[in-house]
Amino acid sequence: MADIDLGLSFLRTMVRIREFEQHARIGYDGGEIPGVVHLSIGQEAVAVGVCANLERADYVASTHRGHGHCIAKGAETSAMMAELFGKSTGTNKGKGGSMHIADFSVGMLGANGVVGGGIGIAVGAAQAARLLGKKSVSACFFGDGAVNRGPFLEGLNWAAVFKLPVLFVCEDNAFSAFTRASSTTAGKGATARAEAIGVETRAVDGNDVFAVYDAARELIAHARAGRGPAFLYAPTYRLDGHTVFDKAPYRSSEELERKREDDPLSEIESRLRQWGVTQEQLDKIHVEAREEMVRAMESARRAPLPTEADAFLDVQNIGAPV
Amino acid sequence: MTVQSTPKTTTMTIAEAARDALAEEMRRDPTVWALGEDLSAGGIFGTYKGLLDEFGPERIVSTPISESMIMNVGFGAALAGTRPVIEMRILDFALCAWDELINQIAKARFMFGGQTNVPVVVRLPQGIGRGFQAAQHSQSLEAWLVHTPGLVVLAPATAADEKGLLKSAIRSDDPVVMLEPKSLFATTGDVPEGEYTTPIGEARVAREGSDVTLVTWSSLLPAVLAAAEKAAAAGISVEVIDLRSLWPWDRLRVLASAARTKRALIAHEAVLIGGFGAEIAATITEELGVPVARIGAPRIPVGYAPILENTYRVDADKIFAAIQKATR
Repeated sequence: MADIDLGLSFLRTMVRIREFEQHARIGYDGGEIPGVVHLSIGQEAVAVGVCANLERADYVASTHRGHGHCIAKGAETSAMMAELFGKSTGTNKGKGGSMHIADFSVGMLGANGVVGGGIGIAVGAAQAARLLGKKSVSACFFGDGAVNRGPFLEGLNWAAVFKLPVLFVCEDNAFSAFTRASSTTAGKGATARAEAIGVETRAVDGNDVFAVYDAARELIAHARAGRGPAFLYAPTYRLDGHTVFDKAPYRSSEELERKREDDPLSEIESRLRQWGVTQEQLDKIHVEAREEMVRAMESARRAPLPTEADAFLDVQNIGAPV
Repeated sequence: MTVQSTPKTTTMTIAEAARDALAEEMRRDPTVWALGEDLSAGGIFGTYKGLLDEFGPERIVSTPISESMIMNVGFGAALAGTRPVIEMRILDFALCAWDELINQIAKARFMFGGQTNVPVVVRLPQGIGRGFQAAQHSQSLEAWLVHTPGLVVLAPATAADEKGLLKSAIRSDDPVVMLEPKSLFATTGDVPEGEYTTPIGEARVAREGSDVTLVTWSSLLPAVLAAAEKAAAAGISVEVIDLRSLWPWDRLRVLASAARTKRALIAHEAVLIGGFGAEIAATITEELGVPVARIGAPRIPVGYAPILENTYRVDADKIFAAIQKATR
């Protein structure tokens, strides 16, 4: 069923994520972003399709590759870019950088520098919401690598035992850092593991934002209705390296070219064209997103750096460093 | 001190004092809850006895044996507006959740630029305990924790302080690690009646003296007091300081005492090498330049057979010998 407005809103957020990532790359290459950045180019449909079903009071816990999840949950891109620049106006006052971006005002409980680190945070937030009598649900994004870490089993089991409203989203981008996920994962993979615990599961094409959206909508409704956690498997493809300095020599250029044809942005744009959206409308979305990120870069450039004194702040209240 | 200003007391075990502290805080604040293994059975040391009946399974949460998830759920629940008390059964098992404690909980406030506090209490009963439980059930690892920015580290040794410090810990907006004296849970002490808290960061003079300042904490306190008694009979006056808080620690009180006695000795159950006693010794040396000695366990795992465990264990005789040597 054609829902053009919904599709346009998906595209807008996906393009904003893509443009944010491309500008982060420019900032890194130009020496303005000092630290490591993990780009989510090619994976935008998962973040957007899931978060489009979430309310502001819902929670998201993310990964080291978390820019897309932040933007899709409503974080403001100029504060995010300032964080990448290590500026005091950043979401985290320049103290966290790309791997720790958080915006608690929109329920974004942090990217995470540890694989699988966000899973328990989402489960805990769901448990807290229940205790406080809130209707909030939690979604945690994690990659194919996390399914081989303990928190995946522990978190699924916990959420199932306590019937907590958590959506587990396995965003399989085909690579665990430099290694193919398929070579490090035994058995039938993530979905089968979740099924074995009795969790409601769906597997969808992670490059099809409509498919992700529809599946996430069902699963989030399931969780919100108090029927327990749910699991979404969304295979996609990491079009960039593991980090901005990884040239990904472990895959062929042919493979990359083939995968570029499945770019989730191309998929949604061709769908929208079929529905009668004009090229001019699509271009406008790209131009606006680019302008937003150019402004974000400019404001990050102008923003003040933290001071040495800031290194001693926010550590702890009692027994604070002197 | 708040403790001394309340005249009437009741005698109870440290485990009972701990239970009362949690119950009082849960009655006071509906966002306080506890999670950990076997809580529905009262916890392995009885520190949760009866709480399930009063507060129900939503607030006294008996969990799977999933240490990293217990720690991480507590963390996430703190980020979402509650004040979890995270029960780790014993410190040694918390090593399965060290990533969640050290990488996540301790750093979140700073890493997120002060957007959030992390008001959790992590309860880690530590030490040899009742004995003969070998290398994975007997460790004292306070030095690791004090070394970690972001954490408040408490180590009470009496029933009154267990209660007062646990209440302070629950009210703290910082993550607090509560190192509970496993071997002393069943020992009794006088606990003030009525509402009180014990201030974090304040040491307590457990015995006054003039020849040497002996700093200790947690489960070693009874052995230290016994050694001080023996020293008194031998004509040596020992001032015993029960540190109670390891981070922040009461530098002023320790330094004032050591400045007066002109000698200091630090005694802890943990391994001596790289132990927290070294930090105190270095501070006293830097600030006062008076002679300082330390006593702690040898750098060996805790062995099972009594002779092996006793070789590790710092006891009253060893402490007495250290006092004699320090005051010679």
